[in-house]
Amino acid sequence: MSVVLVDAGGTNIGSVRYALQRLGVDAALTADAATIRAAHKVILPGVGAAGPGMARLRELGLVELMRTLTQPVLGVCLGMQLLCAHSEEGDTTCLGLIPAPVRRFVEAPGLRVPHMGWNQLRTKQPHPLLAGLGDDDQAYFVHSYAVPVGDWSLATSDYGEAFSAVIARDNFHGMQFHPERSAAVGAKLLQNFLAL
Amino acid sequence: MLSRRIIPCLDVRDGKVVKGVRFRDHVVMGEIVDLALRYRDEGADELVFYDITASPEGRSVDRTWVERVARVIDIPFCVAGGIRSVDEARAVLHAGADKISVNSPALERPALIDELAAAFGVQCVVVGIDSLRDADGAWRVRQYTGDPDKTQALPRKTLDWMIEAQQRGAGEIVLNCMGSDGVRQGYDLEQLSIARAICQVPLIASGGAGAPEHFRDAFIGADVDGALAASVFHSGAIAIPALKHYLHGQGVAVRL
Repeated sequence: MSVVLVDAGGTNIGSVRYALQRLGVDAALTADAATIRAAHKVILPGVGAAGPGMARLRELGLVELMRTLTQPVLGVCLGMQLLCAHSEEGDTTCLGLIPAPVRRFVEAPGLRVPHMGWNQLRTKQPHPLLAGLGDDDQAYFVHSYAVPVGDWSLATSDYGEAFSAVIARDNFHGMQFHPERSAAVGAKLLQNFLAL
Repeated sequence: MLSRRIIPCLDVRDGKVVKGVRFRDHVVMGEIVDLALRYRDEGADELVFYDITASPEGRSVDRTWVERVARVIDIPFCVAGGIRSVDEARAVLHAGADKISVNSPALERPALIDELAAAFGVQCVVVGIDSLRDADGAWRVRQYTGDPDKTQALPRKTLDWMIEAQQRGAGEIVLNCMGSDGVRQGYDLEQLSIARAICQVPLIASGGAGAPEHFRDAFIGADVDGALAASVFHSGAIAIPALKHYLHGQGVAVRL
C-alpha cells in the first residue's frame, strides 16, 4: 500500500511521517500530482495559517487535484480545516470538500486561545475511522480555529462548547488534533485510517 | 474537558540531561532519548527540552537529538535554546519539535516573537520567562540563566514582559519562578496567580515542585494550564501515574 504525505509546507510533516513509520508505513513526502493521484492513501498535514496553506496548494498546482481525489484522504489539524468550505482565518476560501465552516474560538474567562492540550474525544457517529475509540480516550490539540458540530462530525470535543474533533464526507476525512502526537490513541486512529 | 498538563522538563547540556539547583551545579541525569521514552511511558502529557548552554554560548539548539526524539516519541515536545531567527526555528520544527520556546533571544530582540508567530502561527511559539523578585518587591526578568556566570538581571518587569510577549504573538507562556526553582517547596503561587490574571494564553508553572500537593495547588490555586517539573521526576520522588491519580481524586482534570 502506498501512502503519501502532501508536502504543503506544514511544520509537522516530519512528525506525521515518523508516526507512520512507527506503524510500519514509509510514506513518501511529495508535491507531485501524479504520485499523489496514484497513492492508496493521501494525508494532508499542516501547521500554520489557512491563507498561506491554501496559497501553497495553489502554487503547487494541487487545488484541483485535491478536489478530484477518490482514495481515502486525511487532513490533520490545518490540513483538516483546508478540506472545509471556508475559514475565518484570513477570510480564506478552502477546498470545499466538506461543507463546513472554520471559526475562531471566542476567548472567555478560563477559556484560553489557542486551545492547547489533551482533550476527550466523544463519538457522535460510528465510523470505521473511530474503531476501538473509548469514552475516556484523549487526543492532543493545538489550534485557535475549529469546525462547529454538524452533519460532518464523527467525533466531538468540548472547549467552551462542543466542536468537531473528527469529520468526514465521502472519502475525505479530517482530524483536528494531532494523531501523530496523541500517543496510543493517535496511533490507533492513524491505523484505522490506513485500514480504510 | 481540557486536561491539565504534567510536563517533565529536560535540561540538555552536551547531549545529556542535567539538573541543577537554583540554576547552578548541574549533574547528569541520563540520556535524552532514554528519559524521553520513560516519561512518555509513564504518561507525561508533553516534554520540554532546554538546551541550557545554547544561549549563553551564542549558538542555536543542537538539532540532531531533536530528530532522534521526534522519531521515537508520540507525545508533543517543545524545544528551547538559543533560537534567534525564523530560519533556526524552522530547522528545529522540521526536525520534529512541535513547539519552540524562546527566552533570552526574545529579550535581546522582542520582534523575534512577532516574526515566529507570523511564520508558524502562535500555537508553535512559547515564550519562557525567568523571573526573580528583587529587593523592592517587584519581579523582574533574568537573561542567560543557563550559565550562572552570564546571568543578567534586567530592568524589565516580569508582568510587563508577559503582556508584551502576548501582544507580539506568544501562544503560551512558561513562567520560571527562579526563587522557588529546585528547592521543592512548592510553586510560587503568589506570582503565578498574578500572572494568570494577565495571561490570556496557556500558562505553564515552573519552579518548585516537590510534592503532589504542589501540583494541585498550582492547578486549583493559580489556575495554570500545565505544571513543569524536573528533579522530582528525574529522581523518582514523584511518579507521574501516581501523581495523576492523586490529581484526579482532587478534582483536577487530567489524562489518565
